[in-house]
Amino acid sequence: MKLVTAVIKPHKWEDVREALETFGVTGMTVSEVSGYGRQKGHTEVYRGAEYDIALVPKIRIEIVVDDADTEDIVGIITKTAQTGRIGDGKVWVSPIETVVRVRTGEKDSAAL
Amino acid sequence: MLDLLPLAAPAAASDTASGDTAWLLTAAALVLLMAPGLAFFYGGMVRVKGVLNMMMMVFGALAVVMVVWVLVGYSIAFGDDLGGGLVGDPTQYLGFKGMLEEVPGAPYPITLFAAFQGLFAVITVGLIAGALADRTRFGTWLVFAALWTVLVYAPVAHWIFDFNAGDHVGGWMANELGALDFAGGTAVEINSGAAGLAVALVLGRRAGFGKEPMKPHNLTLVMVGCGLLWFGWFGFNAGSALGANNTAAIVFLNTLLAGCTGLLAWLTVERLRDGHATSFGAASGVVAGLVAITPSCGAVTPVGAMLVGLAAGGICALAVGLKYTLKYDDSLDVVGVHLVGGLVGTIGLGLLASSSVTSVDGLLYGGGADQLGKQLVAAGATLGYSLVVSALLALLLDKTLGFRVEPEDELAGLDLVVHAETAYDLHVTGGARPHFGGGPGSMQP
Repeated sequence: MKLVTAVIKPHKWEDVREALETFGVTGMTVSEVSGYGRQKGHTEVYRGAEYDIALVPKIRIEIVVDDADTEDIVGIITKTAQTGRIGDGKVWVSPIETVVRVRTGEKDSAAL
Repeated sequence: MLDLLPLAAPAAASDTASGDTAWLLTAAALVLLMAPGLAFFYGGMVRVKGVLNMMMMVFGALAVVMVVWVLVGYSIAFGDDLGGGLVGDPTQYLGFKGMLEEVPGAPYPITLFAAFQGLFAVITVGLIAGALADRTRFGTWLVFAALWTVLVYAPVAHWIFDFNAGDHVGGWMANELGALDFAGGTAVEINSGAAGLAVALVLGRRAGFGKEPMKPHNLTLVMVGCGLLWFGWFGFNAGSALGANNTAAIVFLNTLLAGCTGLLAWLTVERLRDGHATSFGAASGVVAGLVAITPSCGAVTPVGAMLVGLAAGGICALAVGLKYTLKYDDSLDVVGVHLVGGLVGTIGLGLLASSSVTSVDGLLYGGGADQLGKQLVAAGATLGYSLVVSALLALLLDKTLGFRVEPEDELAGLDLVVHAETAYDLHVTGGARPHFGGGPGSMQP
């Protein structure tokens, strides 16, 4: 099993969710986060004084998936979240040792 | 202002003119609304850790100044002159002595005029707080507010607002010089701006000024505050007509128009300079326009009022950047908006006064430079007096009581350190646990 983590633009969140549900993903964890990549945030102006704001708001999605689905899911997220402009985000995959469903005690694939 | 008193015939059921009295009561209440408006306006501009302290500085000033005004301030401002038009007799109306009897034929009760004028002092002192954000000892601020009212506001109000009437002798600007200031361009705006600059210089810059971001924490509060200030400003300016009359109507319209053109001018500067027209710029432009029209609202035509607002919005939008160039920390731009805006309006009156509205024509209306010269003298005298006395007072308080908080308290934020409160609690649990020690203030199980 793998943990797929994606950091995407907030306005792409609904599209990504729909695409993942259509594929058959049954659950995910979503959080509002902030951070920056190479483009480094944005500038705000208050009474003519400019402030460089390093952190940009993003949505982080975390999904635990079967090994066999990993590539498809990464592909769906990448394709759906892409605008072609700077700041589209990142997707990364990490290995997971075990998963337990708290309600029943089922493990690994049965727990997804 | 007193020379604008309408000589109304007494109403049938009362010795006072009830319509004028009703308007002045309303106007006074509107001016009071400017204090919470100012608290919101300033509160939104500071960082999260100091919003309550900022608001408390304004509310605290309201309480202290009003008390001092009744005890002695009004008497210094509007008592019989002690000589040279410099100061009124402080003992004449001590504690509003001798003012409570109804005067037959008076257009309104004198206590109402005194309360209305007291609220001008409140706003003037409240404005100064904007220069002192995030680093001022609250107790010392209250002492400063009381002493500044007596030493600076009341004498300057005497100079410009106290007119000769019968045996009464008033201040030098109003009667000898002949400068015009309808609702407080000198006594309120230039005065508070100069004092803000003086005390900001004595206190020094906030820790991290020019290096750390100190952007406003809540621009919706700023917009709410701006709206309340604008609303209250109608009482400030149109109330200064001291009657429900034609002058009040013209002043009302001029106040409205100057706020509008101030907004448009500030946004134009921002759009050209920074690429964006901001809400903060809109709120600031409204206030700049209102500041500038305050002295001139009873002397200019509606077109003149629009020009005053335009000039103020544009010039103040450029002036607020001075503190970064000159490296003084006038935190919320009291100098850039109120001192500069007050100067624009006071001097603009010398250019744009029209005899269709007031007693004189300004330079641009064919009246020559005479009135302009008078306006410059009044503005310069107020600026100089306020700067020097405010700085001396601040230095005295700094040496005795201490005017600035400790560095660690400044970093922690004055809301928590001074008031034991925080403005916003966005956690479900509030991050707080009740303690059951049974001491004063603790929660009981």
